[in-house]
Amino acid sequence: MTRLPYLKLVLATFASGTLLSVLLLIPNWFGDAASTAAPEIDLMLDVTIVISSYIFAGVCVALAYALIKWRVKPGDESDGLPIHGNTKLEIVWTMIPLLIVLGLGIYSWVVLDDIEAKDKDAQIVNVYSQQFAWTFGFPEQGNKWSEGELHVPVDRQTVFKLHAQDVIHSFWVPEWRIKKDNVPGITTDAIVTPDKVGHFQLVCTELCGYGHSTMRANVVVESEADYAKWVKGLDQKVPESLILTADQALEIEREAQARDGGIEGSGVQETGTDNQS
Amino acid sequence: MAAAIKQPGWYRGAIGALLGAAFGFFLVIGLRALMGLDIYQTEQTGYPHIVVPLITAPFGFLFGFGAFDYWFRWAAGKPTIPDDHSAHGATKWQDYFKFNTDHKVIGTQYVVTTLMFFLIGGLLALMMRAELASPGSQIVAANTFNGLFSTHAVIMIFLFIIPVFAGLANYVLPLMIGAPDMAFPRLNALSFWLLPIAGIIFIASFLAPGGSFDAGWTGYAPLSTGAPFGQSFFNVGVQFAGASSIATALNFLVTIITMRAPGMNLWRMPLLVWANLSTSLLVVGATPFVAGAQFMVLFDRVLGMNFFQFLEGGDVISYQHIFWFYSHPAVYIMMLPGFGIVSEIISTHARKPVFGYRLMALALIGIVVLSYTVWAHHMFVAGMFSWLRVPIMITTLLIAVPTGIKIFSWLGTLFYGKIHVYSTAMLFALAFIVTFTVGGISGVMLGMIPLDIHVSDTYFIVAHIHFVLFGGSVFTIFAGIYHWFPKMTGRMYDEKLGRIHFWGTVIGTWGTFVPMHWIGMDGMPRRVADYASQYGDWNLFISVFAFILGAVQLVFFYNMIVSWRFGPKAGDNPWRANTIEWQVSSPPPVFNFDEIPRVVGGPYEFGTPGARHAIMGGETAAEIPEPKPTTVTAP
Repeated sequence: MTRLPYLKLVLATFASGTLLSVLLLIPNWFGDAASTAAPEIDLMLDVTIVISSYIFAGVCVALAYALIKWRVKPGDESDGLPIHGNTKLEIVWTMIPLLIVLGLGIYSWVVLDDIEAKDKDAQIVNVYSQQFAWTFGFPEQGNKWSEGELHVPVDRQTVFKLHAQDVIHSFWVPEWRIKKDNVPGITTDAIVTPDKVGHFQLVCTELCGYGHSTMRANVVVESEADYAKWVKGLDQKVPESLILTADQALEIEREAQARDGGIEGSGVQETGTDNQS
Repeated sequence: MAAAIKQPGWYRGAIGALLGAAFGFFLVIGLRALMGLDIYQTEQTGYPHIVVPLITAPFGFLFGFGAFDYWFRWAAGKPTIPDDHSAHGATKWQDYFKFNTDHKVIGTQYVVTTLMFFLIGGLLALMMRAELASPGSQIVAANTFNGLFSTHAVIMIFLFIIPVFAGLANYVLPLMIGAPDMAFPRLNALSFWLLPIAGIIFIASFLAPGGSFDAGWTGYAPLSTGAPFGQSFFNVGVQFAGASSIATALNFLVTIITMRAPGMNLWRMPLLVWANLSTSLLVVGATPFVAGAQFMVLFDRVLGMNFFQFLEGGDVISYQHIFWFYSHPAVYIMMLPGFGIVSEIISTHARKPVFGYRLMALALIGIVVLSYTVWAHHMFVAGMFSWLRVPIMITTLLIAVPTGIKIFSWLGTLFYGKIHVYSTAMLFALAFIVTFTVGGISGVMLGMIPLDIHVSDTYFIVAHIHFVLFGGSVFTIFAGIYHWFPKMTGRMYDEKLGRIHFWGTVIGTWGTFVPMHWIGMDGMPRRVADYASQYGDWNLFISVFAFILGAVQLVFFYNMIVSWRFGPKAGDNPWRANTIEWQVSSPPPVFNFDEIPRVVGGPYEFGTPGARHAIMGGETAAEIPEPKPTTVTAP
């Protein structure tokens, strides 16, 4: 029995894994970034790409090596070596993936806590969704109402309270990297700190009916002063019907929280600030 | 004619279906009339006078077709018609259209029927790709498009991938464990006949007012509870497909546990048997949940209940919990049998025992246990209890460990082997290792919550599921069909055409599904009939490769049909495999074995001179050389 050329295999894996990860790190996969959460998530993607590249390279190198080295010669009808296993090797290839995924899990947990941390000076914006339109309420600015256009101040955290009037929708601005479903009957929240001024699109990502692919809204991130001016210029108030629904939703949410023994859920803690005129 | 009507069969089945439909219809309008309601309720979520017949007509058909004759006679204390096994086996093509209790006939019925559904599901996919080839609206309206992807997914999942594995195992598994048939042959036949019923119901939904069901295969409430009438067809069809799946799983469990040939202890079972044992454990535990979820939606729709009506105290998110409690294990239901197939093929064609056989079996059981604990990773952005996310993330990532063990063990099996790559089955098994690794890696990425938040509900998800379900499951299905085709038909398929099919499928799969990762990460949501023009070029690229992928499947169908009829005789054991199904003739005799084989060793004893897996009837012990114990450790 010939010994395996371990060094060659490891080097080939290392070389092709490095090449693959370098190639895969060149494109900006997630697109432009425009929130404080984005760099952290993008870094996490890069880390995952590098680890994945080496694993994929390892599998391919091993497969290619086996196919080149042990592909049968024509006419050879004999069998391979009767190797049934190797306990040490099996322990190794159980433990290494275990450590990798646990590491990735802990890393994800840390990042998750980080991007969901709430700031003290965060403002609240209500996001109402129905087939197939987005509308926005600004409870801290006299419950002003905007249809199809959302403005938020730059460099200040906004907690979006997500409401749905009919079916489930989902709130996603790709440049912010944050997504959360608008669920009828409860209020969910999405926490974002935009850090770039500009125009973006709010995309509905939960199938909501025939108009799903057209359910978009414009998002404008601007300076605090511009934002204040824009909100002031809005001349409509959130319609009674929406507030009623939102309040009902809050009531249900409160009951649910009381039932769950105060587990910090997806819901609203600052209930008092919601929908105040 | 009168005799034809009395005999179980198609005439009596058709009459039964009509009577069943009439019973359901008059039951509904009669009760409504009695209660002083409008006779016909035609709100889009109503139509009870059609929904109830949709349930009763199939039962009428099954009664008429003869599915319950034996059981009813027995239950009523009447003399049962002695089973002379004349219905066993198939000698002419008409025999495949009867209520046949032979596991080999049922296996063939399953595979052929499910491949028909594969064709239909594929055509639906190509219509989608034609619509998506460029931005804007091409051939279908947006709600028709939603119907296309919903029926595509439902047909592929419930009528192709899940049952085709059941069909292959139906044929092969009893032979593999040295059993004369499945434990419950009549239940087995019933399981099969429930499938075309489910298929007809799903496809008939296109005729419903308002079009086919269009809330996605996930059918999230409240979109589904308020959806047009077609949704009820989905709710009812899933019940038949699910019942079929559960009955088959029970049958496999009892067969595997009680009917193994003498000497076949658990550690001598081929890995395909282990894989089907694991799959069946998932099916019997999880499938009732999807049935329940769809009943709840149906009750909300037709009976005016409020499980998911949020304005009346219903809980929208609970639908997702119940649905995914089945539908995540379902992913493994669609993958574990494929793992079994790949283990058989790689070991046979590398002429080497499966590396780490016991850990391979334990990894399957590990996946079964873990897969019940990961359902909520589909709901990281759904607004569910936020504390549940991190534990579910950890279990989700952990499931990569047993899956990794399987990949590494297949590679280990290849090392120091004598690898034959002349068989298309082996080519698909090897390509599966690579594509499934990609699907596994993107699965780990999706398990990591911060990454999932961004790519959830985008084309990245579409890419991932197709890498695991097409690059994974379907590759193993092709491998399995090519591998056992000579056993099932007695004839050999054309390897040249097999190679064309293989390379076309590999190129089509990568060309179609790899760019989906990219546009998804860049911001294209899934389930959209239209998209931002910046994704136009990649979508055209994807559509071109999707059509290549679709076209090359015709080569497969041609190869299978022509080889079945005209292929050269294959011989009993063309791959020189060790497991028992290859030790009988091709196709196997009607009752499998004259004498039950005795199992004397492991299933993959390649390379050990004189080692045997089983001693077939007719061989005497004296002819069997004593196996020489050889111990070789890997370097």
